[in-house]
Amino acid sequence: MDYLSHTEEERRRMLDSIGASSVEDLFLDVPKELRVSGLDIGPGLSEPEVLRLMTSLAAQNENLETRPSFLGGGAYYGYVPAAVGAITGRAEFYTSYTPYQAELSQGTLQVIYEFQSMIAELTGLDVANASLYDGATAVAEACGMALNATGRDRVAILDSVNPEYRRVLETYATGIGYEIDEIPSVPRLSLDTAQDLVGQEHAALVVQNPDFLGSVAPMEELSAIAHASGALFIAVVDPVSLGLLMSPGEYGADIAVGEGQNLGGWLSYGGPYLGFMATTSRLQRRIPGRIAGATVDAEGRRAFVLTLQTREQHIRRERATSNICTNEALVALGATVYLALVGNQGLARVAELGLRKAHYAASRLSQLAGFEIVSPEPFFREFVLSTPVSPDEVNRFLLGRNILGGIAVDQHYPGRSTLDRGLLLSFTEQTTRRQIDDLVDSLAELQTEAATPEPAMAGGSA
Amino acid sequence: MSEHLIFELSSAGRKGFSLPELDVPEQPLDDILPAEVRRRRPPNLPEVSEPTVVRHYTRLSQLNHSIDTGFYPLGSCTMKYNPKIHEVAASLPGFRSIHPEQPESTVHGALQLMWELQELLKSITGMDSVSLQPAAGAHGELTGLLMIKAFHRASGRHPSTVIAPDSAHGTNPASATAAGYRLVSVPSDERGRVDVEALRRLVNEDTAALMLTNPNTLGLFEDRIQEMASIVHEAGGLLYYDGANLNAVMGVVRPGDMGFDVVHLNLHKTFTTPHGGGGPGSGPVAVTSLLEPYLPVPVVRRREQAFFLDYDRPRSIGKMRSFYGNFGMFVRAYTYIRSLGGEGLAQVSRDAVLNSNYVRTRLNDVYEEPYAGPTMHEFVLSGRRQAARGVHTRDIAKRLMDYGFHPPTVYFPLIVEEALMIEPTETESIDTLDAFVSAMREIAQEAESDPDLVRSAPHVTPVGRVDEARAARQPDLRWRPPGQDHDEAPGAATPGDAPEGV
Repeated sequence: MDYLSHTEEERRRMLDSIGASSVEDLFLDVPKELRVSGLDIGPGLSEPEVLRLMTSLAAQNENLETRPSFLGGGAYYGYVPAAVGAITGRAEFYTSYTPYQAELSQGTLQVIYEFQSMIAELTGLDVANASLYDGATAVAEACGMALNATGRDRVAILDSVNPEYRRVLETYATGIGYEIDEIPSVPRLSLDTAQDLVGQEHAALVVQNPDFLGSVAPMEELSAIAHASGALFIAVVDPVSLGLLMSPGEYGADIAVGEGQNLGGWLSYGGPYLGFMATTSRLQRRIPGRIAGATVDAEGRRAFVLTLQTREQHIRRERATSNICTNEALVALGATVYLALVGNQGLARVAELGLRKAHYAASRLSQLAGFEIVSPEPFFREFVLSTPVSPDEVNRFLLGRNILGGIAVDQHYPGRSTLDRGLLLSFTEQTTRRQIDDLVDSLAELQTEAATPEPAMAGGSA
Repeated sequence: MSEHLIFELSSAGRKGFSLPELDVPEQPLDDILPAEVRRRRPPNLPEVSEPTVVRHYTRLSQLNHSIDTGFYPLGSCTMKYNPKIHEVAASLPGFRSIHPEQPESTVHGALQLMWELQELLKSITGMDSVSLQPAAGAHGELTGLLMIKAFHRASGRHPSTVIAPDSAHGTNPASATAAGYRLVSVPSDERGRVDVEALRRLVNEDTAALMLTNPNTLGLFEDRIQEMASIVHEAGGLLYYDGANLNAVMGVVRPGDMGFDVVHLNLHKTFTTPHGGGGPGSGPVAVTSLLEPYLPVPVVRRREQAFFLDYDRPRSIGKMRSFYGNFGMFVRAYTYIRSLGGEGLAQVSRDAVLNSNYVRTRLNDVYEEPYAGPTMHEFVLSGRRQAARGVHTRDIAKRLMDYGFHPPTVYFPLIVEEALMIEPTETESIDTLDAFVSAMREIAQEAESDPDLVRSAPHVTPVGRVDEARAARQPDLRWRPPGQDHDEAPGAATPGDAPEGV
């Protein structure tokens, strides 16, 4: 299936109109010695054949629609309301381009404006952009903003920020060339340490809330520490948590960024996801990426348009605030529809269900001998469980019982003895009590097996 | 035909969701989440019913132009048809509901798909290795430049400049800055190609790389590419290929054979993953074996019959985004490539070039053609003749909307005055192309006979011409609850003829 339109007769007619004898004539500028004769990637497939192929590949993956899972760590299996798919599946949205031509893109532009408004409301900040690639790159973009705004060349970040985000920040830092100081804060943060390690040289202090271990951080105190050094305070937040937790605006964050996948987005093995960013009016001209604004048309009616474009690469080129061009518009549309559906009550309810299930699980798991909750209280809907055997063994054991376990955190914190048997477990509104009870029962069995000594070799009694 | 904001449809207490009852014992909230960490003021999210939400966003969708509703010839954007089977494939539970932290043994199909896509992209580009991680084209550029930087450092060199043509996409210079390089612009010659003599003068030991699009943004093939490659390579620099225009040359010529060391591809252009109103994109990078050690982690590899994520890559530049990239886009691009096969993709490029030349030769008597064709998959006209009569390219673009077409990319590339950059793509029928040609010719007529009609366009779109200057001067970037003051930051004007498209 090739989705082409022309018949051979039409191609002939077009060549005649062009005045070319063959299509080869149109490629004369390509040096002969560079030409290849086609592509060695096999023949095309019909639609039924290709669907069979894709279905068989998909069938080789265990999926969370049929398999209980306690995986989180920045990607969550939340419920995706049917209406979200109905809207993102509208071709008028998904087959359109970046809304450069406002008069033909009012749908996308108004959605972006509504998305920006919702993110600003959630974060308690003044303005938001149209979205960024994902949570990790949003952190890196926020640091870039802070470096420009302060003229400083170092960034301080708590090491309780998601390790994926810190790895991405490190890579970005090698570009324009700045230094990153990781402040040890795992498993427990000391405000004195933070106070000592954040200084006048730092453009920003980056803190995640809830952090990678699921714990809620003392954001007001940390914000004050950042500001006392003249650094910007960058909050990395889970938007669902903002149904309950204090908003970045309330604790004085200058920039809030995060991952919006759990606002009605699919897990999709890690992408496409949804980076978001909100900030204060003072910093709005330093925001990277697209921003939609309200204005009027020639007849004075309300209309929307991409604005403040003098920040962007297609105009400012090498002096742009970022090189970003595309955003994640379709995922942002899904998030907008999701937030409209759940509203204030629903978002708080989603947050509360995850919170309560996590605490139910914690209360049961902490009663098992050999297991211990490592994440400091209060935690939101994830916590690290210290296990009697290695987390990989635990996960293998659970997989044998058809349960996808948690994330082994030792790989991210080598040398922290309290975490070397840590398993990060995550709970959402989709997690059922039955799943939690099965998890607890399975781990109890594991514990029994681990506690039972290996049968002794049958020794000769002579 | 304006639509209320969703916030304006809100009524306190309305619900558009349903969630299961709590099935675990309910502890007092204060015991598990103390009041001092909870938000004091709830957000003002709209409270609306599901029917209201669905009608609101459906109505908004109808205010958009899209590929499925009409011709969309945005130059350098490759707005081709997005096959429906791609959406079916990507929404299979085995693809949409897999967690990126699942054990490899439980995602064998996903890893196999990614590995095979890497292999297919290697064949198509003539490169040695691929990373699927970058989330978009510009992200691929940054990834590629950081690998180039790591490569130079490893050989003890610290060149500080990146060269790009004056016709380059805006992301090229912006990515060079993000990678810590100073941009040097090389001029185009009278044929619309890179001025090779100027390039020779600009290249030196301080040159980290030359970034090129080939065919370039004028739709012209850089026929002296081998000479340019030697100039750069002899000075120790590397060649970067911006894959925005790969749709012109599949099965004809490969970036690897032209001498490029790094390539980024736009799966959302060439391999028709939907643009989604501005994303998600996907911008894999392909490299020669020279740069393979620097690829972002992880790389999907095969050991015997098993696929795995290889993180053990000491010289890697690190991670460019979380996890492995926009997997949902990989599913679609893979479906596309397997549907078309080698011969299908080659025919795609032939028809893309045929369509472009067909439209060009039917318009170049009424609009100026600044550089002589034949062109590849796109071409650039100038509205200079019409501008002399007071009808500018912006006006022509807006008037096209009245004829039911999305305008081409305008005011880009920057080296063409009053530029109209047209990329029809291969999926358009001759009937559509003819209708577009007629509209363009009629507008040229109108520019003579009734210039005000064109200057005041569009006339039949959901809104009339939008006041961009006001949007920039008085930024209104969000809805605010009634009673909350709208604070206005001081504004700066938008430049008059900003590029629109690409």
